[in-house]
Amino acid sequence: MSLPDAIAEAGAKPAGKRPFFLDAEIESVLAITMAVAQELAVTRQRADTLERLLEAKGVLTRAEIESFRPDADAATTRALANQEYIARILRIVQQRNEANLAPDDIGSEDVGDELGAGN
Amino acid sequence: MTDASTTAANRGYDGPPDYRVLGRHAVFPETSHDEIERINFLAQMNRHLAANVVPGVRAAYDREVAPAFLQREGRPITNRHEARKALLANPSFAFWSALRRMTMEQRQQAGRWTAIRQRERLAAIAADLIRDDDRLALDPTLAVPRYVSAVDHHCMPGSYHHEAFPGDVVNGANYDHAGFVTTAGLLGKYSDGGGHAVVRWVRRNLPDFAPKTILEIGGTVGHSSLPIAQAWPEAQMTIVDLGAPVLRYGLARAKSLGVDNVRFVQANGEDLSRYPDASFDWIQTTMFLHELSTTALANIFRETRRLLRPGGIVLHVEQPQYTAEMPLFEQAMRDWDAFYNNEPFWSRMHEMDLDQAMVDAGFAREDLIHGGVTGVVDKELFPDAAQDETEDFGRKAAWHVIGARIS
Repeated sequence: MSLPDAIAEAGAKPAGKRPFFLDAEIESVLAITMAVAQELAVTRQRADTLERLLEAKGVLTRAEIESFRPDADAATTRALANQEYIARILRIVQQRNEANLAPDDIGSEDVGDELGAGN
Repeated sequence: MTDASTTAANRGYDGPPDYRVLGRHAVFPETSHDEIERINFLAQMNRHLAANVVPGVRAAYDREVAPAFLQREGRPITNRHEARKALLANPSFAFWSALRRMTMEQRQQAGRWTAIRQRERLAAIAADLIRDDDRLALDPTLAVPRYVSAVDHHCMPGSYHHEAFPGDVVNGANYDHAGFVTTAGLLGKYSDGGGHAVVRWVRRNLPDFAPKTILEIGGTVGHSSLPIAQAWPEAQMTIVDLGAPVLRYGLARAKSLGVDNVRFVQANGEDLSRYPDASFDWIQTTMFLHELSTTALANIFRETRRLLRPGGIVLHVEQPQYTAEMPLFEQAMRDWDAFYNNEPFWSRMHEMDLDQAMVDAGFAREDLIHGGVTGVVDKELFPDAAQDETEDFGRKAAWHVIGARIS
């Protein structure tokens, strides 16, 4: 079975020092973002495949999907799902905003110095 | 049901075809739905970068980079290196570069994932196809030269030669099945549009030419070689390459596709002393010279001269050389792969005087051949490079031919 090998080796670095065109940290985040964008594209194509197969088998028509209206309960569930999703991916913005309101916040390292100083 | 290609044409679609139009063979990796869609996405990424992002880079060069250089230095940009270095400080170029680099890295990761997860199965299929076949001649003692080992060409980990275990074909399988990301279908059903282009060019320009023995140097899995072998079925075609995985894979692929007049030999094109003088009627290289070194190129040119029979031809297919007429922006963009996609010889090779290199190798100047070809594909399914307006610098399936016919 090669799955563990594939997980370990698929993303191997090629021989040769990598150039960075932006700040290395920013470019790394961009690389992660583009990999996630790729996976989202894959997921969208998979959903399209599912819809086409379900339509071909007579389970539903895609017109039904386009004109789908959730009932009130489903609409609430879906709206909450969107809110939860947005809050999840924008966690860093939330935390930076909270930090702006906590000017006396102290870092754990400094607390450690403080807590150890009394010994 | 409406035919997909008709629908696409009617809707004005202009881009890579769905990956599923590619031809399969016995040793082609199995690809899941999502693995295919990963490749489709990456092919579209390259298309998007070339069609929609590069124009912004060009505008930035014209409107910001070149004028700023002039103001700072009191003179215009005079060569492609100055142009590239000036571009590096421009955000449009930097962001495009970052995206282009990571798209290549994602392509390698996607292709390797698919090939590695089934590598035992692929190796077994290849082994069954090539067992006891003397058309595969491997040389485990062959040294990998510095120009291949120092950096992995086009960011392909392990290049053409690394093998994880005896009989491994992963680096052939990865190179074959996921190259679609870069070529975006311009090389056709079996990634062989370059080979078909060469066949068409020779038939048109040398209609009397009837080779019996043909050699392709650096032929990897045989993408460009098989169309030649098929076009001259009475000929014997030899493909040499440094990498055992691509050669194993290549013979298995050829046999699966029903092409039998080929043999795959592990050798360095600089030293083909295993073949006596005047062994071949035709020696071909295809998108190969840029992966060499100055010394290796000279050695290989000399070997081709030695190995050619009277009346024989040598043809090298490559991206165009830099000329004084080529705008500096285009030169700098074509140089990108040299510096940022692990093609270290690309820049120097494309500024060489190849005619002089041929003469230095013993060819008479009056025997030299020049031409141009574009990828030949099934236009019902694949985009036609000759009609494609998009310039993906250095990667488009439009090449120059330099060669010679000796008397």
